[in-house]
Order: sequence, then structure tokens, then C-alpha cells
Amino acid sequence: MIDPIFLAEAALNGIMLGGILALLALGLNLIFGVIDIVWIAYVDLVMLCMYLVYYLVQVYGWPVWLGALASIALGALLGIGVHLLIITPILGSAPINQLLATGGLLFFLQSFATFLWTTDHKSVRMSLPSFEVGGIFVPLTRLIPFAISIVALIGLYLFLTRTFVGTAIRAVSQDREAMSLMGANPQRIYIVTSAVGGLMAGLAGALLIFQYSVHPFFGGQFGPLTFMICVLGGLGNMVGAFVASFIMSEIISLAGVIWSTEMGYVIAFVVFIVMIFARPGGILARRS
Amino acid sequence: MSLLELTSVTAGYGHFTALWDVALRVERGEAVAVVGPNGAGKTTLLRVISGILPVRAGTLTFDGAALAGRPAHEVVAHGIAHVPEGRRLFPALSVAENLKMGAYLPAARAHYRESLERVWALFPVLAERKAQRAGSLSGGEQQMLAIGRALMSRPRLILLDEPSMGLAPVMVLRLFELIRRIRAEGYTILVVEQNVRQVLKLVDRAYLLEVGRIKMEGRAAELAEQDFVRKAYVGL
Repeated sequence: MIDPIFLAEAALNGIMLGGILALLALGLNLIFGVIDIVWIAYVDLVMLCMYLVYYLVQVYGWPVWLGALASIALGALLGIGVHLLIITPILGSAPINQLLATGGLLFFLQSFATFLWTTDHKSVRMSLPSFEVGGIFVPLTRLIPFAISIVALIGLYLFLTRTFVGTAIRAVSQDREAMSLMGANPQRIYIVTSAVGGLMAGLAGALLIFQYSVHPFFGGQFGPLTFMICVLGGLGNMVGAFVASFIMSEIISLAGVIWSTEMGYVIAFVVFIVMIFARPGGILARRS
Repeated sequence: MSLLELTSVTAGYGHFTALWDVALRVERGEAVAVVGPNGAGKTTLLRVISGILPVRAGTLTFDGAALAGRPAHEVVAHGIAHVPEGRRLFPALSVAENLKMGAYLPAARAHYRESLERVWALFPVLAERKAQRAGSLSGGEQQMLAIGRALMSRPRLILLDEPSMGLAPVMVLRLFELIRRIRAEGYTILVVEQNVRQVLKLVDRAYLLEVGRIKMEGRAAELAEQDFVRKAYVGL
């Protein structure tokens, strides 16, 4: 029998992981909901941002907060770059071409990273204390990124609901043509959306590098999981993706303690497959 | 100079030509209707004016500016608001958010509060339902919201595409009454309608469009007497 304290600790770790997963899933889902293209290489952009923070903070000794800001800026730039260079030329083409193009970017980025930085795992070491609440250890290296994720998600929510541009982003995802009749240039809305999605990738990268080591194939670790969360939540459904992030992170975290980390992923994928059969439109979709 | 002027406009989709050599003008403060049977090209005509569909040949000027070839989002900035066929609201956005999107352009945004007060005054039912999702409104309320959203951009010309479509007869009468009030506020209107008898009571002049060509034009009162009205009704 497993000590309930361990389970509670695992559940807490699951919540903290869920915050970062939600950041990734909502960034990817935002872009999909508005532009209707899945960025297969989304987490590979996160990987590039992680390398940036590694070099700035670990190698060149920049303060952590400055490295994180640089990562966010790089993410936003990468988002705009991907949209202008890769997405714009193929906006009107068949979905399979769009999939191949963003998939091609994934292989390009992985090879590019291997070429530049080798396959060595690189990490930023930071020692922060843990504190204990009722026998459960809470490491600050996880609590702080979680808190930042939640603040960022609240920021995203406020941006999408309170500002003209944010509301326009939601409007475009519902009716592109009607929004152009309101005077919004769709291409400009797409660029803003890509920048926001990229910015979230940059922030996620800055938070992940303090918990995971980065290597050229980092995208393979979190990419499928992120995509799975988006599908589970309903592609384009932001609330669904948020809920699904925590479901997945809890499964991985709890199963990881009860059996093993590998088993955690196996169970997560099994749950995903079952849910796809049971609720193809996502967990929050209305049954038709 | 007319506010809106189309000369020899030809347009269509792919290999299909929907409008042939169309000439049409709308003066400032005027209300003009385009009537005609289904598939005559009425909706296409409005889509061409608002820039959704490109002009293939001919000229389109608005207040002296050549608009042919300009994309939709630039046409709105010139002062043309299009209430499209089927209303095309943002269904998951609230009533207030839909109106907010109507004032998306910087010039309209500067007068957002003031425009909103005017729309609330014109359509009190929208004010009561401002937090409700647009998709949950009744057909008549949705049409009011679509018109209100267009007014939010502070247009100089409003294009109305089949405002009475899908509405119950009682609602159709109320809607025409509301359009009459909007007219009285000084807006210039170009309306496309199936409901010929009603719309001819509303406008100053009308055009009859048939298979993509203007067949007739004239004062609404005179045209109402002619047999083309019957023709348009029957849909020959």
C-alpha cells in the first residue's frame, strides 16, 4: 500500500505540472481556433526558447527574470515568423499540405538544434528551498512556475475577453468574413494570434527549463501530450483544453507514483483513446 | 456627385458571371432598393460593393474614392457597413461584444460609448439582453443586433441584405418600422429584399435585377404600379 502522503504529494505535483501544460495547450489551441491550422512544431519552438534561457542564464550568467523575458520575446518573434514564412503561403491549401509543412518545420528544428547544440541534455541549475505543509513537500522550483502559469492564463483570459483585439481574435475564430466586414484585417489578427501563441511558448520554455533538461528532441516529450490535451479538450475550445491539461497531468503524476512514469504515459494515452471514442468532440462538447 | 456609384460592373465566382454591366447609384440621404427574383445576383451585388467579392470590370466609387479592388476591411473604413445575408453574427460572443466588434475601427472606437447609447435607444431589447450569447437570440432580435452592429461603425451607407429573411410576418412589419426609423435619422440605405411590396413603401427609388442585369429602375411609387412588381413577386 502506498502512503497517502505520497499520493497527496503526487496529486499536488500533478496540479503544478498541469499549469504549464495548460500554458502549452492553450497557446496551441488559440492558434488552431483562429487560424485553423495545427502547429505540429509548437513544442519545438518551446525547445528553442529553453536553449535561449539555458545560454543566457547558465552560460552567460544573466539574471533569471531577464532570461525569461528574452525567452518570451523570442517566442513571440518565432510565432510571427512561423506565421509569415510558413503558414501564410499555405493558408488556402489542403489540410494535408498544412500538416506536412508544420511537420517539416518540426524535423528542421530538431536537426538544426542537433547540429548547433549536439544531443547533450542541458539544464539550468537553480536551488530553491522546499517547504512542508502537513507532511507534504512543496518545492518552490515547481510552485513558482505554476503560479506564473496561472497568472499568465488569467492574463490571456482578460486579453481575450476585455480588449478589442482579443475579442476580435475570438470573433475571427467564429466568422472570419464577418470580422473583415467589421474592418479588421484578417492577416493582422492572425499575426497577433501567432505572436500571443508564440509568447506563451516562450513563457512555457522559460518555466520548463528550470525543471527539465533541454535537448533537440524535447518536442517529442511534450508535443504529443500537448496535442492530445487539445483534442481531449476539443480543438479550439479553450476551457476544455484547460480542464484537459489537469486531467492529463494528474493521470501522469498519480500513475507515476503508483506504478512508474512510463506507465503514467501509457494510461494517459489509453484514457485519451477511450475518450476519443466516447466523446469525439472533446470532454466539454455537447452531445449531438 | 452620388454617394455610391457603380458603372458597368461585372463580377462573379470562378467561371460563373453573376453580374453583367451593372450601373447603379445612391445619393446622400436616399434609400434605394434592389429587388428581383432568387438568384438574380442581389446578394452578389452587395458583396461586390462591400469588397468581399472583387470587381472584375467596371468602376465602383464611394464619395469620390475608387473602391474597386479594395479588400472588405478597407471598404468599411470608407464608411460602408454591410449587414450580410443570414446576419452573420458572432454566435458565441455576447450581444454587447458583437456591438463592440461593430466599432472595431479606430475612428468608430473613439465614439464607442456614444454609438452604443444610440443603438440601445434604437433597440431597447438588445440592452436588456446585452450579456446573452448572440446565438441564443430570436430571429428578429438577431436581425436587430446585426443592424445595430453595422450602426456601431458610424457608416455613411448601410447595405441591408434580405433583412426580413426567416422572420415571422409580425416581426417583418416591426423590422421595416425600425428601418424606417433608422432612415429618419439620416442614414443612407441600400437594401436588397424579396419582400417587394413592403420594401417599395420604404425606399425612394428601386432597381429591378434579373439574371445579373439591371432591367428597370425608377421612383419606388411609380415602380410599385408597374407590372414588374408582379414579375418580381412571381419570380419569372
